[in-house]
Amino acid sequence: MSYTYETIGDILRLAEEHQISFGDVVIRHELEAYDRSEEEIVAEIKRRLAIFESSIQDGLNHIERTQSNMSGGDAATLHAGKPRLMSDIAYKAMTYAIAVNEANAKMFRIVACPTAGSCGVMPGAVQAVAEEYQLDADAMVKGFLASSGVGNVVANRACVAGAVGGCQAEIGTAACMAASAIVEMLGGTPYQVVQAIALGMKNLLGLACDPVAGLVEVPCVKRNGVYAVHAITAAELALAGIESQIPADDVIEAMNNIGRAMPAALRETSDGGLAVTPTGLAIAERVQSL
Amino acid sequence: MNSIFDIIGPIMIGPSSSHTAGAARLGKMARCIFGAMPKRVDMTLYGSFAKTYKGHGTDRALLGGLLGFREDDERIRNARVLAEEAQLDYTFIESPLDIGHPNVVKFDVYGDNDRYMSVVGRSLGGGQIMITEVDGHDMSITGDEFTLVVFHSDRPGAISLISQALSESDINIASMRVFRKEKYKDAVMVITTDSVVNPVTVQFMRECPGIQDVMTFEAL
Repeated sequence: MSYTYETIGDILRLAEEHQISFGDVVIRHELEAYDRSEEEIVAEIKRRLAIFESSIQDGLNHIERTQSNMSGGDAATLHAGKPRLMSDIAYKAMTYAIAVNEANAKMFRIVACPTAGSCGVMPGAVQAVAEEYQLDADAMVKGFLASSGVGNVVANRACVAGAVGGCQAEIGTAACMAASAIVEMLGGTPYQVVQAIALGMKNLLGLACDPVAGLVEVPCVKRNGVYAVHAITAAELALAGIESQIPADDVIEAMNNIGRAMPAALRETSDGGLAVTPTGLAIAERVQSL
Repeated sequence: MNSIFDIIGPIMIGPSSSHTAGAARLGKMARCIFGAMPKRVDMTLYGSFAKTYKGHGTDRALLGGLLGFREDDERIRNARVLAEEAQLDYTFIESPLDIGHPNVVKFDVYGDNDRYMSVVGRSLGGGQIMITEVDGHDMSITGDEFTLVVFHSDRPGAISLISQALSESDINIASMRVFRKEKYKDAVMVITTDSVVNPVTVQFMRECPGIQDVMTFEAL
């Protein structure tokens, strides 16, 4: 029996054929393709989920600023406060995602997901949903599996590096990975998982990668928080039965085409966008003379 | 399709897979190639490494690697202090030269008894690295697999000697590349294998005619 997949459509078809979940297809493929037992795979997933959590704690507990003084302490401020406008889940996801990227900026241990610059979206969104719904570790493992299948497809058929496809390739992939994880964790159908991916990616196409002073801080840290909420929005739409008019695989292809059409100035070179605003340039000069 | 742990991974110290995780691996590989704890290391940084190394902690990651830390070791954060404690002298030199790749570092490594070695490497992104030069010899070492580096005279028969020694030890060669400066001068073979080559086989290779030295490296 082969669970080989190249596209999101492949995973959906295999899930429906075998009447299993989206994440089940991904683990069955992993078992087929790599010499590891299910116990080993689950143990390694749990090890990475534990690092998601320790990164959140590192970001919340260490409130000092980074060397560049561009970030640090915002997650703790949010954590000490209360939402004025958002749901508890969205607020928590935003807080946790920012915490992870603050931890990343301050040289704590993180799991790239899919990259270091976008490492907060998935832990933030998944941890918030798991806590608020009181889901157990097994549910989070299912979410991890679904999202890793999504990330693998994007990496293979498009790109996940800001230098290749702009921020949409990094944060965009992270957000639709997180959206797929949430739908899977809350028991959505494989078809709903796929809608969450399409809706997540479709609504952030074109996002530029223009980091100030070339560092993984501005806009990266807060952007992780904003797009953790975006992932929740996409999952909410999908779980309500809303469909994307453009299928997920087409959206991923569009992301790739847009990324490759972007000027180099908007692909992690810090030669455009926020990086070359008067303030961005002034910060870069200050950082250079540290 | 890749493993799920390639897309949700690597586990690393932030903030950047290329400028931090890759730098730690470069430092660790330089230490492995030198084969001992260095006394002093001068690191010349090129391209984006030179421009952004402070904000990315590239300096601490390189030092952490030289101290033997993996890319996910939290001691990297304090590597400047730990290097001083380990009596490792170091300097960082920002080079304005464009040498054709954005993230390059040259290590000038000094040890006991005036031992010296130069190592040049680059960070390829996603934590992947490549050592491109050792003591002026071109080569390519990624640190992803067990690697043998064989320095030899460029004469017929050298490659078959080495491959025969490996096959007699039941070692499968994953890849092999030969680098040389000029025809019939010194050459370098870089061989990756599916399993670890035992020290007896390595010693046997060292004693073969035309073989000057053999280095081995575990996967990083």
